[in-house]
Amino acid sequence: MGIRVAGLTKHFGEFLAVDNVSLTVESGELVAFLGPSGGGKSTILRIIAGLETADAGTVSFNGQPADHLHPSARGVGFVFQHYALFRHMTVAANIAFGLRVQGASRRRQAERVTELLELMGLTGLGHRYPSQLSGGQRQRVALARALAPEPKVLLLDEPFGAVDAKVREELRHWLRKLHDEVHVTSIFVTHDQEEAFSVADKVMVIHRGRLEQSGTPDEILDHPRTEFVARFIGEANVFETRVQGGAGPVGALRIPVEGIADGTPVCLVVRFYDLKFWRDDQGCARVVRMTTLGDRVKVEAQIDGAGRIFSQFPRRSSLLHGIEPGCRIHIEVTLSRAFMTGTEDGAIETAADC
Amino acid sequence: MSRPAQITGVQRGRLALRSGVMIYVGVLVVLPLAALVQHGLADGLLGLWRAAVTPVALQALELTLWTAALMAVINAVMGTLTAWALVRYEFPGRGLLSALVDLPFAIPTLVTGVMLVILLGPQSPLGGWLAAQGMPIAFAPPAIVLALLFITVPFVVRAVEPVLLEQDPAEEEAARTLGAGTWTVFRRILLPPILPALLSGTIRSFARALGELGSVIVVSGNIPYRTLTAPIYIFGEIESGQPQTAAAVSVVLLALALVLAFAARGIEHATGVHNG
Repeated sequence: MGIRVAGLTKHFGEFLAVDNVSLTVESGELVAFLGPSGGGKSTILRIIAGLETADAGTVSFNGQPADHLHPSARGVGFVFQHYALFRHMTVAANIAFGLRVQGASRRRQAERVTELLELMGLTGLGHRYPSQLSGGQRQRVALARALAPEPKVLLLDEPFGAVDAKVREELRHWLRKLHDEVHVTSIFVTHDQEEAFSVADKVMVIHRGRLEQSGTPDEILDHPRTEFVARFIGEANVFETRVQGGAGPVGALRIPVEGIADGTPVCLVVRFYDLKFWRDDQGCARVVRMTTLGDRVKVEAQIDGAGRIFSQFPRRSSLLHGIEPGCRIHIEVTLSRAFMTGTEDGAIETAADC
Repeated sequence: MSRPAQITGVQRGRLALRSGVMIYVGVLVVLPLAALVQHGLADGLLGLWRAAVTPVALQALELTLWTAALMAVINAVMGTLTAWALVRYEFPGRGLLSALVDLPFAIPTLVTGVMLVILLGPQSPLGGWLAAQGMPIAFAPPAIVLALLFITVPFVVRAVEPVLLEQDPAEEEAARTLGAGTWTVFRRILLPPILPALLSGTIRSFARALGELGSVIVVSGNIPYRTLTAPIYIFGEIESGQPQTAAAVSVVLLALALVLAFAARGIEHATGVHNG
């Protein structure tokens, strides 16, 4: 089932949680709402489920307005961050709940419970209580419970936020695999970029109640449309400067900027993987710190007359040849994105070598 | 070598404290209980039976039981709703409401009775009007129920409140998205976890009401066969030099109270098995 959200706005008191958001999720898609905490992602999800009421805007399922529908009538499966399992019911009773309140026969309930326990790798745990399960198991029960009545839409609110890193990794694979098997239209909320990019077909970046950008993981990574997306996604160097003779000066480093008039304040965003450092005694920066991060080395350098810049290289890479703390380097910017401060225009991409 | 001696000293201190407390509570609680039972049974079980089943004593027990039961039912419903409002909603006056809930425990019950008589007595505007409509409240069973309700306000609220606090509102939301309507959410999601606390709070308020004297003696009018409750009957028998019948009816109340106290404890113990 396709979901369309148009002009959605929601206040909590004075706080504007959702600011005129419009988006479309195609039938069968797996979409991630990505953004920092408190950005309105969960609120949009809860409005779609009917758990919150929007101040303005509409939600429609397959073209049919759904705003007037009670949550129980929306055919939506919802998975909560902290599981929200019914503590006084067994795992089987939890999973069967949706079918039970909808009046399905006992036989149908039992069949579906068996089926889902198997699908979720929970066979044999049906008689347990939620308190007797691990975090990862609880979240799979929550997923099974949401899927049992065969919802047309599956909504997951920070579904893996409450489990530890290793289990989170497993659950991500589960969700992706599950979606490939069941194909239910799904939206999950996360503040974890890796999670969004590794699981979702499409990522929607949401910040301060607004949809910043929507696209495939590659589109979001390679073509950030707003300054926020460029800064938030991937680790980036950010420089605030003013255009001067076709370049943005950052101390001794001059990053070329095309098509922006002189004197315009700009924000230059450079991803660490769009940078190369060479040892050069005439270079414009000095290496101040090298930190080993497992299989990578992070190199931080002080640009003459400006702040710091950093990059990462694989350990033992030839790119690190001759680079050591205290040495002077030459910086090559293979790709830089310029955003005009205070405007909503897209990025202007340029490369530099200095 | 000084450490074992120290530990022994600490242990001796603990032992002394434990046995001291046991003896204190034992003497304070058990001795009067034993005295009452012994006195009540002075003429044997038959004597106790005879004294307790006089028509006026029976009427008093019956009135006590049904007014307490009616109070308990109202208390269960309203107490749950009050706890619900306190836990789930932020509203102006919430702190005041919470303080008001505890107030009845702080007010001497005689004073409670006086307040109700002033409010509802035949001389008061409200009481006079109600009497004119053929619904006298003061010096009639409704006043007894009202007094009992007043003095037991905190029981159910304070029993249910902590359990509700523990409950994740997302459970209710989960149930709603799974297709449950309001009533189903209440019956299947909310009620089961709070039921033990609700029952034990209700039972405790009922037990408390069985023995209530102070407020009831003021509002009920103490008319034998009509508004005379068991505790007031006992009081009257003692006043008129009939300790035997007083002891007999007391033993009946005591037996009820003990059964109820154990029931409430049993329910509380069974709670929390599947929580956590």
